Amino acid sequence: MKSVLNILTLVGASLLMTSCFDKSAPNYQFFPNMYEPVSYETYGESNVFNSPTGEKGKVSQIPPAGTIKQGFVPYEIPNTPEGYAASKANVSPLAADQIDAERGKELFTIYCAICHGEGGDGKGNLVKREKFLGVPSYKDREITTGSVFHVATYGLNSMGSHANQLSKEERWQVADYVMKLKSELK
Amino acid sequence: MKKLGNPKSFSKTIFSLAFSAIFAVGVSAQEPVATAAPAEAAAAPAAGSGDPVKGKELFNTNCAACHKLDAKMTGPALRGVGDKYDKEWLYKWVKNSSDLIKSGDAKAVKVYEEFAKANMTAFPQLSNGDIDNIVAYAMEPAPEPEVAKTAVAEGSEKTGSGISNNLILGVLAFILGALIFVLFSVNKLMRNLAKKEGVDVPEDKSPANAVVSFAKAYVKNQFIMVVTAILFLLTSAYFMYGYFMQIGVDKGYEPIQPIHYSHKIHAGENGIDCKYCHSSARVSKNAGIPSLNVCMNCHKNISDFQGSKDSTYVDYTKEFYTAEIQKLYDAVGWDKATQKYTGKTKPVKWVRIHNLPDFVYFNHSQHVTVGGIECQKCHGKVESFEVMKQDQPLTMGWCVNCHRETNVKVEDNGYYAKIHDQLAKKLGVTKLTAAQMGGLECGKCHY
Repeated sequence: MKSVLNILTLVGASLLMTSCFDKSAPNYQFFPNMYEPVSYETYGESNVFNSPTGEKGKVSQIPPAGTIKQGFVPYEIPNTPEGYAASKANVSPLAADQIDAERGKELFTIYCAICHGEGGDGKGNLVKREKFLGVPSYKDREITTGSVFHVATYGLNSMGSHANQLSKEERWQVADYVMKLKSELK
Repeated sequence: MKKLGNPKSFSKTIFSLAFSAIFAVGVSAQEPVATAAPAEAAAAPAAGSGDPVKGKELFNTNCAACHKLDAKMTGPALRGVGDKYDKEWLYKWVKNSSDLIKSGDAKAVKVYEEFAKANMTAFPQLSNGDIDNIVAYAMEPAPEPEVAKTAVAEGSEKTGSGISNNLILGVLAFILGALIFVLFSVNKLMRNLAKKEGVDVPEDKSPANAVVSFAKAYVKNQFIMVVTAILFLLTSAYFMYGYFMQIGVDKGYEPIQPIHYSHKIHAGENGIDCKYCHSSARVSKNAGIPSLNVCMNCHKNISDFQGSKDSTYVDYTKEFYTAEIQKLYDAVGWDKATQKYTGKTKPVKWVRIHNLPDFVYFNHSQHVTVGGIECQKCHGKVESFEVMKQDQPLTMGWCVNCHRETNVKVEDNGYYAKIHDQLAKKLGVTKLTAAQMGGLECGKCHY
C-alpha cells in the first residue's frame, strides 16, 4: 500500500508543477516595486479620477472643452457640405521644398491604400475582398489638395476622420501625394 | 463555412433559370433553341426592368460606398427601393438629387432631412438603363439565412470536441490510476491468500527483493553515494537556475481580452498595416492602443462578420465574431439601426501584454521610424495570431543581442557622416552596429 501512496504523491507533485503555468496570467516578478511604475503610465488607472460609484478612473482623460495642445493650429472650415465646397479653394501651407513625396507615399500606403489602392484607383485590398465597396477612383472625383485635406480631417460619408492618426502636417503631405496620384491616373 | 459555396449565387441561378423558363415558353416560336447562358442575359429585358447581375456590378462600384441593401448606412437601405418610388423620380434623384430637393419635391426633401442633410453625389454618367439595372438588383429578394444555422451547428461541434479531448485525457489518466491500484491490491490479496493457505511464496527471488538488496549495497558504497549526491546537487542547481531565470519573463503571456480582436483577420487576411491602428508607434514612445474611433473608421460599415472564400481561419463562428463587433458598438455607443452615436460610452479595459519594467526605457518611434525595424522583429508574426500574445522574452539579453547584431543605417545621414566615418575607422569596421554606437551603454536604457 505504501508504494501506491508513493506513486500517487509523485503524480500529484508533477501535476502541481505543470499546472502552475497559466498563459493567461503574467509571470512572477522579482521585485514588483522596481517593475511597477510610481508615476502614472499611459492607459493606466488612477485613483484621482475615481467615479462616484468607486470605479477606478483612467489616466487618459478627455481634455476640458476648448483646450488645445501646444502648437496646435485649428482648422477653421466646418464639417458641413458647405465647408466641403469651401475647402476646395483651400491651398496647402507647405512650401514646395517642404513637400516630401516619399513620406507622403509612406503615409498614404499605411493609411489610405488599404481602401483607395496603392495607385489611388479605388481598388485597395479591403475593396478587392469586398469588405468595403464603392471606393471611387481619384480621377472620377473633383478633388483639390484642400478638399483631400478636409476629408482626411473630418471624413466623408463612409470614410472616417484620420485626424488622430495623422498630424496636420502629415495630412497635407498625404493630400499632396493624392493629387500626384490623381494626375498620374489620367 | 467556406465549403458551403455562395448561397446568393445559387438562388440567383435558380431565379434566372425560372425566369428563362418563363421567357422560353413565351417566345418559343421565335427562339427554338435557347442555351442557359444567353437565356440568363436575355431574361432581364424580358421582364422589362433591368439586369440584376449588371446592376450588382454598378451597385458595388457606385452606390455601395453609402448604401447597403438591407441596412441603413450613410444613405437608406436600398432593398425594395423600386416599390417605394416610381422610376422617373429615381432617375431624377440619382442623376442630380440636389436639383430635385431644391425644386421642393416632397419625397426628396423628406429623405434629405431624414439622413442629416447629407447630399448624395450626383451620378450624371449613369444612363436610365444603368439605373434600371441597379433597381433590378435592389429588388431581388434577400438571400435565405441558411448559412447562419449551419455555422452554429459547426461551431458547437467544434467547441464540443475541444472539451471532450480534455475529458478523454482525464478519463484515461483515471483508468490508468485505477489499474495500478487494482494491480497492487490483487498482488497483496494473492500473497495474503497464499499465506493463509500455507503455500510457500518464494520471497527472495521476487524482483522487489532484488531491488531492495541492490539498494542496500548501493547505500553502503560511500564513493557511489558521494558521486550521486554531487550529481543530484548539480541537476537541481540546473533546474533552480532555469526556474529563477524565467521569473519576470512573460514570453507566451496570452491574456483574455475584453473584446476578442483577431490580428489574424485584420492584419493577416485583410492586410491592414500595423501602423494604421498603432499610429503612435511612428511618433511616440508608446505604440498606442487604438482608440475606438479608429475601429469605427471601418466598423461603421462592417457591422457583421462575413468571412471570406479564401480565408483559412474558421476558429470561431460568424455569430461569435459579429457579437464581438457588437461589443465594440456597445463600448463606443453606436446604434447600428439608426446609424448614430448614442453618447453612452464605456471604456474597454484592454489587458496590457508587452510591459517593460519601470526601470528600463524603451521608445517605439526610435526603433520604428528612425531604425526602420519591422514590428514583427520584436512582436513575432502578429498577423498570424488569432489571440495576441507575447512572442519574444523582452529580456535585457535579448535586447543587447539585437543591438550587437543590427547594423545602423547611416548611409543617408549626412549630418553625422563625419562622426560615423571616424568611429568606423577607429573600430576598424565597415558597418556600425547599434552596440558600437553606444547601444550597450547602461544609461541609454536605464536612468
